[in-house]
Amino acid sequence: MSIRDRLSGNEAIATAMRQINPDVFAMFPITPSTEIPQYFAQYVADGKVDTEFICVESEHSSMSACMGAEAAGCRAVTATSSAGLSFMNEVLYVAASSRLPIVLAVSCRALTGPININHDYSDSMAERDSGFIQLYGENNQEVYDNYLMAHRIAEHPDVRLPLMVCEDGFITSHAIENIEIEEDDKVKAFVGEYKPENYLLKEENPLAVGPYGVSNYYMEAHVAQAHAMMNAKKVILEVAADFEKTFGRKYGFFEEYRMEDAEIAMVIMGSSAGTAKAAVDELRESGVKAGLIKLRVFRPFPGEEIAQALKNCKAVAVMDKSEGFSACGGPLYAETCGACFNLETRPKMVDIVFGLGGRDFTVEAAKSVYDRLGKIAAGGEIGDIYTHMGQREK
Amino acid sequence: MKRAEDINEKIPWQEMTVGCEIYEPGTSRLTKTGEWRSRTPEWIKDKCKQCVLCAPFCPDACIPVKDGKREEFDYDHCKGCGICIKACPFDAIVWREE
Repeated sequence: MSIRDRLSGNEAIATAMRQINPDVFAMFPITPSTEIPQYFAQYVADGKVDTEFICVESEHSSMSACMGAEAAGCRAVTATSSAGLSFMNEVLYVAASSRLPIVLAVSCRALTGPININHDYSDSMAERDSGFIQLYGENNQEVYDNYLMAHRIAEHPDVRLPLMVCEDGFITSHAIENIEIEEDDKVKAFVGEYKPENYLLKEENPLAVGPYGVSNYYMEAHVAQAHAMMNAKKVILEVAADFEKTFGRKYGFFEEYRMEDAEIAMVIMGSSAGTAKAAVDELRESGVKAGLIKLRVFRPFPGEEIAQALKNCKAVAVMDKSEGFSACGGPLYAETCGACFNLETRPKMVDIVFGLGGRDFTVEAAKSVYDRLGKIAAGGEIGDIYTHMGQREK
Repeated sequence: MKRAEDINEKIPWQEMTVGCEIYEPGTSRLTKTGEWRSRTPEWIKDKCKQCVLCAPFCPDACIPVKDGKREEFDYDHCKGCGICIKACPFDAIVWREE
């Protein structure tokens, strides 16, 4: 039986970690992810886990310690946010190319500057090319569920890539919701033991990790890594299917919300999707054919599937909660446009950058986006394809 | 299990090990890293007192010692760092004139 409990996103992740009982947690605190190691430290002190809890001196070190632990054959985890994730940047690439299935919880927070502790995706989007799988949750339940699926996806022999479980800083990480927690033994049975075939001090054949690989090997190594990311698509769906069978909650690459006959749609991520769904419901009541796609998996990017889901729409707004400073749209827009470009008929597509550094996103704001899409769908001018929303303006 | 000696510049990406892992020890013997060397130390046997101080100083274990006596450099792996030249108290190791 599931247990109904009220938990913040951070506590939900820490709870999932306690249930999984990883071998190593290399921690370094940063707002708003700090509570994850804080809760976990209590579990260590109370003897609820037998994890080696290492307090290191930086995020560069926490990810490095995770790498060493994974190479040694351990299940290793950590958590971070914002500047901490940026400070891991170098090691993220090494972990991914060394194919070490570390699971990293990210409470997504704006990057400096100006200094800001609130939510947007500038930290995680900056790592979109790092080789980590990225899962995003709308609410505490999804974040918990994503974490339960994370190790199985990352450790699958066809994948073997590190993975970020992303939650919205403060909005999800600190807000408390009633969620379904699964029983410890059922979680342990679902996640399973981690038994890598090779590890550093394996007696019969010790392992060497991270060799020199210049132009004569680098290309082959990266093609293999790219294929591992493609393989992750199949594995993500397989694990989600088993998760649904085991715990009853259904997940895919994205959620299609009232998309069956939608003429106008939004592509959006995380907690903002909940707000936008309320707008969709209101618009549907007044007969507007509005829909929404809430992306759960950003890496690997489910391009073909998104294109199929959007192909019958007339106008689409891609909602980017990170700037990107490309001068022509945020990262989610670029990916979504790229995915749809080869469709025979494709929707008009605009990018709206919103919610930066915790700027509020309301049902009214979402409705104004659909209002604009309605006019484009009715044959009006598309206008500027790259705009910002929610800022003070003259 | 893939052997290091079977990983070479002819194999396709599908036959590479995951993450370029190597599943056995001592494989540096297979790679002649001495190619990186830009300067070469030379052992002047006449001046050598066989104190063997040079051998433990070598960061790449390129001064083989047998029966308590050093032998010729392992130039397949010597990077030419020159630490042995500094370590030798008898000027018995010098830079080779190129």
